[in-house]
Amino acid sequence: MTAEYSAGSRLEKIFRSGQKALTGECGPPRGCDVDHFKHKASFLKGNVDAVNVTDNQTAVVRFCSMAAAKILLEMGVEPVMQMVTRDMNRIGLQSNILGAAALGIKNLLCLTGDHQSFGDHPQAKNVHDMDSVMLAHTVKTMRDEGKMVSGTELQGRPRIFIGAAANPFADPQEFRVIRMGKKIAAGVQFIQTQCIYNMERFRKFMEMANDMGLTEKCYIMAGITPLKSVGMANYMKKFVPGLDVPDSYITRLKGVPKDKVAAEGIKIAVDQIHECLAMKGIAGIHLMAIEWEERVPEIVEAAGLLPRPVVD
Amino acid sequence: MVIGESKPVAEILEMIKDFKKVVVAGCKGCVTVCNVGGEKEVAILAAELRIARKAAGNDLETLEYTCERQCDPEYIEPLDDLVKDAEAIVSIACSVGPQYCTARYPFVPVFPGINTTSIGGAVEHGVWKEFCQACGSCIIGDFGGLCPITRCAKQLLNGPCGGSSEGICEVGKGSIPCIWQLIYDRLKNLGQLHKMQEVKLYKNWSTSRDGGLRTTIREELKQ
Repeated sequence: MTAEYSAGSRLEKIFRSGQKALTGECGPPRGCDVDHFKHKASFLKGNVDAVNVTDNQTAVVRFCSMAAAKILLEMGVEPVMQMVTRDMNRIGLQSNILGAAALGIKNLLCLTGDHQSFGDHPQAKNVHDMDSVMLAHTVKTMRDEGKMVSGTELQGRPRIFIGAAANPFADPQEFRVIRMGKKIAAGVQFIQTQCIYNMERFRKFMEMANDMGLTEKCYIMAGITPLKSVGMANYMKKFVPGLDVPDSYITRLKGVPKDKVAAEGIKIAVDQIHECLAMKGIAGIHLMAIEWEERVPEIVEAAGLLPRPVVD
Repeated sequence: MVIGESKPVAEILEMIKDFKKVVVAGCKGCVTVCNVGGEKEVAILAAELRIARKAAGNDLETLEYTCERQCDPEYIEPLDDLVKDAEAIVSIACSVGPQYCTARYPFVPVFPGINTTSIGGAVEHGVWKEFCQACGSCIIGDFGGLCPITRCAKQLLNGPCGGSSEGICEVGKGSIPCIWQLIYDRLKNLGQLHKMQEVKLYKNWSTSRDGGLRTTIREELKQ
């Protein structure tokens, strides 16, 4: 973590100030309904430090993350632009990195992306010229060396704060931290984890990250997704690989009247936020309230995370 | 070897619906080994086509031949006598075969009777899997002798991704092993787990299909 800001984004400054950062997430719509997107984002404004805009998440076509990031900028909301390597080769990706920087987008999350077989165009061709680790390396090379992957000199370097994701719950379990370390070695400065439900396994992941010195080199944000319903909890448990939602959470959700389930889900999320923030090496929370943006102010308030820090 | 699977007979019938006399051409190479395009399959397909056409009141005549190989012009030549009497050719070699037929018989329509699925091998009786995508610059030595380009759905060189669970890839509804789990296990066995920590950078795809049609030249063998 060098003395000068690498991008000077609000997110980078908050991390650097030693305060815990909070990011949210806002998925662009499956159409170009800008008003709907802005409406969702309005619940995040002022309640989180920066907002992720997803890049065709789960391989479902939505309006592009660069456009969404630009709209957020115009709203006064700092974007974290997600970029996946599934849909573009190194020419397209580098072009978008430069374009994003030219638009004033300062945070980039480098991802490989979900396989297209899960999305709405399973017959599509995928690209995968690079993977997420290479994409992070590309951004770093462009920013710090002023060069493209080919070695071509850039006219103007993209000032980007480099992020990536990590899934502590996939297999092989003992390799997950090492893989996060590879991302950090490639240039990643902040990590947002997959949704955490199995706190015990996450605690082990963080212990290993601390032991390996990774928390000294990178800001790690714990990914929290509030459970909206018993159905959602069961779905996550059964169908999302590695997401073992503990029975204790499901029991809590089942133990309240139907009209109180959502509130209980929020209580669980708040408990998790507190638990994660108390862990050594956690630099912030990434709150993914999927299609539940309107409840973010309430969750953030309940977690005692307001007001958000002010940085220059 | 090259692996293939038969096309549905209905699809082939549709291709040749305008013809009364066709050559069904097999190949004694890879497609014989994977039981899809050899002498036996030629006879079966020809019979199926004739029966279907007869049932439809539109008789079809078939001329059958199985080439030593269809990926060599000299082995296509024996088809000449049959083709001169026929209106079309159905080749059940891998897709190289029909293209060699096309080259030899400029005025005869040629149709593929199988789908070429992969470069691979048998893993159990009746089951063939893909092992190679012919990227043109083999890197499996870095990955415990296993190919992530072919066998990882995302072609990761820095896997495994978050979709690896209990050794199974999230793609394929539980039917595909995560190659990165296998690479991990293999490197562990070899005492080379440190290789998993190396950041792998950009692959040169110009030797793959991306670089344009590939021609392999061995000067010492050229005449």
